Amino acid sequence: MIRLEHVSKAFAPGAGSARAVDDVSIDVPAGQLLVLIGPSGSGKTTTMRMINRLERPTDGRILVDGNDIAELDAVKLRRTVGYVIQQSGLFPHFTVADNVAIVPRLLGWPAAKRRKRANELLELVGLPPATFADRYPRQLSGGQQQRVGVARALAADPPIVLMDEPFGAVDPITRKQLQRELRRIQAEVRKTIVFVTHDIGEAFHLGDRIALMSDGRVVQKGSPADLLLTPATPFVTDFIGEDRGLRALQYTRLSEVAKPRATAAAAGEAVLSGSASVMDALRCVGSQGGASGSGVWVNGEGGGPAGFFSYADMVGMLGMTVAESPPNEPAH
Amino acid sequence: MRTLAHDPGYALLLTLQHVEIVGIAVLVALLVGIPTGIGIVRLRWLEAPVVNTASVLYTVPSLALFAVLIPFTGLGPEPAVVALILYSLLVIIRNTIAGIDSVDPAMVDAARGMGMTAAQRLVLVELPLGLPVIVAGVRLAVVSGIGIATIAAYVGAGGLGILIFDGIRTLNPDRVVAGALATSALALLADWGLLRLEKVLNRERRRPVEAGMA
Repeated sequence: MIRLEHVSKAFAPGAGSARAVDDVSIDVPAGQLLVLIGPSGSGKTTTMRMINRLERPTDGRILVDGNDIAELDAVKLRRTVGYVIQQSGLFPHFTVADNVAIVPRLLGWPAAKRRKRANELLELVGLPPATFADRYPRQLSGGQQQRVGVARALAADPPIVLMDEPFGAVDPITRKQLQRELRRIQAEVRKTIVFVTHDIGEAFHLGDRIALMSDGRVVQKGSPADLLLTPATPFVTDFIGEDRGLRALQYTRLSEVAKPRATAAAAGEAVLSGSASVMDALRCVGSQGGASGSGVWVNGEGGGPAGFFSYADMVGMLGMTVAESPPNEPAH
Repeated sequence: MRTLAHDPGYALLLTLQHVEIVGIAVLVALLVGIPTGIGIVRLRWLEAPVVNTASVLYTVPSLALFAVLIPFTGLGPEPAVVALILYSLLVIIRNTIAGIDSVDPAMVDAARGMGMTAAQRLVLVELPLGLPVIVAGVRLAVVSGIGIATIAAYVGAGGLGILIFDGIRTLNPDRVVAGALATSALALLADWGLLRLEKVLNRERRRPVEAGMA
């Protein structure tokens, strides 16, 4: 678990100087992916870089599992924090396998163990080691390089991974694919991830929680649905853009909107998982014909109490999305 | 008249002397210059004083430098080796700095972020990636050293310059030409070899392409 407590960073020290990061407090629970998003210069990358001490906070403190990282050895700390950067940051003079195994090498693992680990990770990121292990980075496509970058960050099995716009430099189709892969990998390895991006679609797609930053401050933090359904300021609305309604349907989980019910689903009634989206519920109801009293049952997560998301509520959300959509331009 | 063709042993001896003077000088300059360059990258305020001093030394004509050195070193190869060390230091220090500076900041950032110590960063990332530029400095030092070492024959250092000075003294243009050709051939050979090394290093250590299969 990562906790930022009133963290500020001023690059030019002194009172009154502009702060790149200004009084940021965020918690990232273990195993969750936090997206830091915002326009250029909003302080998102600096905030992330303070977590592995590539930057030092001017004020405030950062705790990892309760320990103030300012008191840890920076080099040791960084070996327990995976790091992925834009353009992959792979070393051109190392093979793919050697790139992946750098942190294990720094940690003094024997060569055979390093090689085995590199192969496992290449397998995990979908690059068969038989084909890719001995290649050099320049022999890979941009998307493949990013996969290697992810594998490298995971090599020593760090509990925390920092990702600085890792998919920013690849084409949109490859990016979508890498995002899907990251979700799959994250479901498997369950790291605590801080992910910096300026792509709002990426933020909603990947983030368990999102912190939207502007001018060094966190404007709003919460689940994707929080930002979509209850934007804190007009800036949030603006930043999310005109797809907000559609995205709200896509990224609001049923567990966030279902109403608790004492009774349980009767035989034949639709039951969806709490992690399914409102869009899924709409599809499900649509295929049933959409009777007015209908809806979907929502499984309580981890065996918790079940809930019900009614057709009326769905229509309510749809109404909101329609109302918030900008009016069509009159046809000429 | 005795020509080189009649006495290949003598020509070989002079060539070896020449190579020895340049080789020892460049080797010492490397041993001193590379650590100095690395030190300057870490302690940047040293750059101006060190590089300026080396630049001033570089502008001193070789004959004048020999003359200054002889009271300390005596005649023979010693003043030649010392002078060549001083000349080579400038390019080697400067290219070591330029080589390390040429490393993509993203590489250095990645190295730091993964938990490399400053020494590991230097050995695993900065020196290997800066090597082509450093080798380019060595090439310059070797090639100009071969030329300057010719003049060192004047102070008794031996080497291929002997042919040229003998030729001038005895009004034997064949000898002058033979000496000049041999020196040029040596310089070209060294240049070619080191350039090839530079190219191989550049190819191996080229930055990764942004996208697309190579």
